[in-house]
Amino acid sequence: MSRTVLVTGVSRPPGMELARRLWAAPGIDRVIGVDLTSPPDDLGDVEFVRADIRSPVIAKVVEATDIETVVHLGTLQPPSGPGRGASGREIALIGTMQLLAACQRAASVRRFILQSSTAVYGSTAHDPALFTEDMTPASPPPGGRSRDIFEMESYVRGFTRRRPDVSTTVLRLAHLAGPTADTALTRHLRLPVVPTVFGFDPRLQFLHIDDAVEVLATATLAPRPAARIPPGRAAGADEIGAPAEAPPDGVAAAPVSAPLPAGTVRAGRAQAGRPIVYNIAGEGAVYLSQAIRRLGRPALPVPAPLLPYVRALVGKGGELPPISELTYGRVTDTTRMRTELGFQPRYSTAAALAAMDGDPDG
Amino acid sequence: MAEPTGAALALPEKWDRRLAGALRFVRRRIGGEYEVDEFGFDPDLTDTVLIPLLRPLYEKYFRVDVSGMHHVPDAGAGLVVANHAGTIPIDSLMTQLAIHDHHPTHRHLRLLAADLVFKLPVTAHLARKAGHTLACNEDVDRLLGAGELVGVWPEGFKGIGKRFSQRYQLQRFGRGGFVAAALRHGAPIVPVAIVGSEEIYPLIGDVPPVAKVLGLPYVPVTPTFPWLGPLGAIPLPSKWMIDFGPPIPTEEYADQVDDPMVVFELTNQVRETIQHMLYRLLVKRGGAFGS
Repeated sequence: MSRTVLVTGVSRPPGMELARRLWAAPGIDRVIGVDLTSPPDDLGDVEFVRADIRSPVIAKVVEATDIETVVHLGTLQPPSGPGRGASGREIALIGTMQLLAACQRAASVRRFILQSSTAVYGSTAHDPALFTEDMTPASPPPGGRSRDIFEMESYVRGFTRRRPDVSTTVLRLAHLAGPTADTALTRHLRLPVVPTVFGFDPRLQFLHIDDAVEVLATATLAPRPAARIPPGRAAGADEIGAPAEAPPDGVAAAPVSAPLPAGTVRAGRAQAGRPIVYNIAGEGAVYLSQAIRRLGRPALPVPAPLLPYVRALVGKGGELPPISELTYGRVTDTTRMRTELGFQPRYSTAAALAAMDGDPDG
Repeated sequence: MAEPTGAALALPEKWDRRLAGALRFVRRRIGGEYEVDEFGFDPDLTDTVLIPLLRPLYEKYFRVDVSGMHHVPDAGAGLVVANHAGTIPIDSLMTQLAIHDHHPTHRHLRLLAADLVFKLPVTAHLARKAGHTLACNEDVDRLLGAGELVGVWPEGFKGIGKRFSQRYQLQRFGRGGFVAAALRHGAPIVPVAIVGSEEIYPLIGDVPPVAKVLGLPYVPVTPTFPWLGPLGAIPLPSKWMIDFGPPIPTEEYADQVDDPMVVFELTNQVRETIQHMLYRLLVKRGGAFGS
C-alpha cells in the first residue's frame, strides 16, 4: 500500500528532519512539504510546495495529491523571525483551520497527526503534580500561548467529530531542548544571567528535539488503530470499538479488545470521533533552579512584575516565556506514551537539558 | 530523644565528617546534581537542610513527646490523618519530622497541602521540595498507588484558623475525600492526635477585609500579633505531644468505595477516634507550658 504524507512547517529544522525521515521509511512513497518560506537546505526527494496554509491553496494541494496522512507541526514555531508574535499565532490558528477544512473535504485523508504542546494544560497553583491526557481543561486557559494551543486542539477535536473515519493523533510535546532547540524557554535559559520569579521554582520537563522528530515519525508510521467507524455509519454510532464493516484501506479492522499480533504497536485508545492524545516528554523532571545550575549559569530571582524589565536588561529582547510557566511550571504523566504508543525517548529530561549546553547559532 | 553521642574524644572526627558532608552537599547543589521525583520531592535538600532546620524547634522549643509510632506501617501505602491547629500549619511539619526521626524506617510523610501554599512565594518554592503536594484526588491516588505514606489534615483552614476558645474541638472533616482515597487503595488510616499546636498562636481575632484584599483565608490577631510586630510572630513555647493511634483497616470496604454512606461513616469514625485521643492526651499533658 502506498501512502502520501503531507508535512506542514517543513522549512524549520525539525520539519525538514521529519520529512526526510518519513521519506526514507518503508510504506511511504511520497512526502510533500509545505511552508511559507523555502527550506534553507535541500530536502532531497521530499517535494516542496511553497504555500500559505492560511489560504485555500492548501485545499488544492491536498486534493490534487491524494494525501493519505497529514502531519501538522502546530507549535514548532521559532520565537522570533517570520513566525513571531501575533502574526505567528495567526498563522498557527488560521492555518490550522484552513488545513482542517481542506482535510475534511478530502476523502483520501485517513490520518491526521497534530503536533501540540503540553502548554495546553496551562500553569497554575491548583495544578496536580502530574497532568494526564484526560485532564484537558474544560475552559480555555486565560490567554497567551496556552489559549492558542487549546483552541488549535479544539479545532482538531471538531474535525475528528465530523470525520470519525480519520484517525487523529495529538502529540503534546514538553519543552523542547537539545543543541538546535530554539524556543522562548531555551532562549531564556541561554541568557548570561537567568531571571527567575522570586519565591517560586517551577518544575519542568524537557524533550530532546531528536526525540520530538522521532515520536512524530513513530505516530505517523504506527499501524492505523483498528475499530474506526466508516463515514457512512458515523451518525449515531456511539459504540466504542465497534468493528468496521468494510475496512476501506485494507487495514484489518478488529475490535479494540482483540489480541494484537506480536510486534504491532497498540495505537492508543481508539475511539471513533475522538483524537488519541499522548503526552510526550523525556523521563523525569527538573526544577528551573536545577536546570539553570546544570547549565552553569547564575540565576537572578526578581519579583514577577519586574521580570519583563529585568529580562530586557540582561538579554537582547526576544519573547519571554509565559510568566505562569516560570512561576508554577508543569509536569505531565507519560505512561500512555510508553505503554500505548510504545515510544521511549532516547533522552531523559536531564539528558535533553545537558544536550542544550551549547550555542544554537554555532 | 537524641541518641547518646559518643565520648568527647570522638568529636573532632565527627565534625570532620560533617564538614566533608556539607561540602559535598554544596557541590551537588551548585552543580544541580541531585534528583527530584515526579512530585518535585527533593530528598537531598529535605534531609540535609529542611529537617535539620526544623529539628531544634521540634526537640528544644516544643519538646515534642511521641507515642504510638509502632502504629505507622513500615512500608506500603498509608494515610496519616490528624487534627489541625495553630494559625499556621507547623503541626504538619512537626508530624513529618516525628515520623522521619522516630519511625524505624525513617519514612518521609508526604503532606497534602492547600493550594494557598503553592500560591505564596517562598512556601511554594519549598513545599514541593519537602515532599508536599496539592490536596487533590489525582495526587492522593498517585501517592498511595506508589505505596507512599500520605499525611492529610482534613479540617483544613477551618482547623488552623479556629479561635482559641474552640481549641481541641475538631472541625468538620471536609467531604471525606481522604477516606474514599484510602478505600480505593486499601490503605490503612492512622489517626493522629496532636496536642500543643493550639497554644502556639492563640487566635483571638481576624480582620476579614484585609484577608480579602490579600487573598488569604484569615488575618490572624493573637495576644502578641500584630501588636509586637515581628516579635509577635514568634510562636509561644507550648509543650507538644503527638500520639499515633491504631490503624483503621480499609481493605474490607474495598468494594464499597462508591457507597457514600460507608465513606461518611468511616470519616466519622476517624474523626471521633481523633477527638477521643485528643482528650486523653490533653489530660496526660497537663499544663500547656509545662515541661
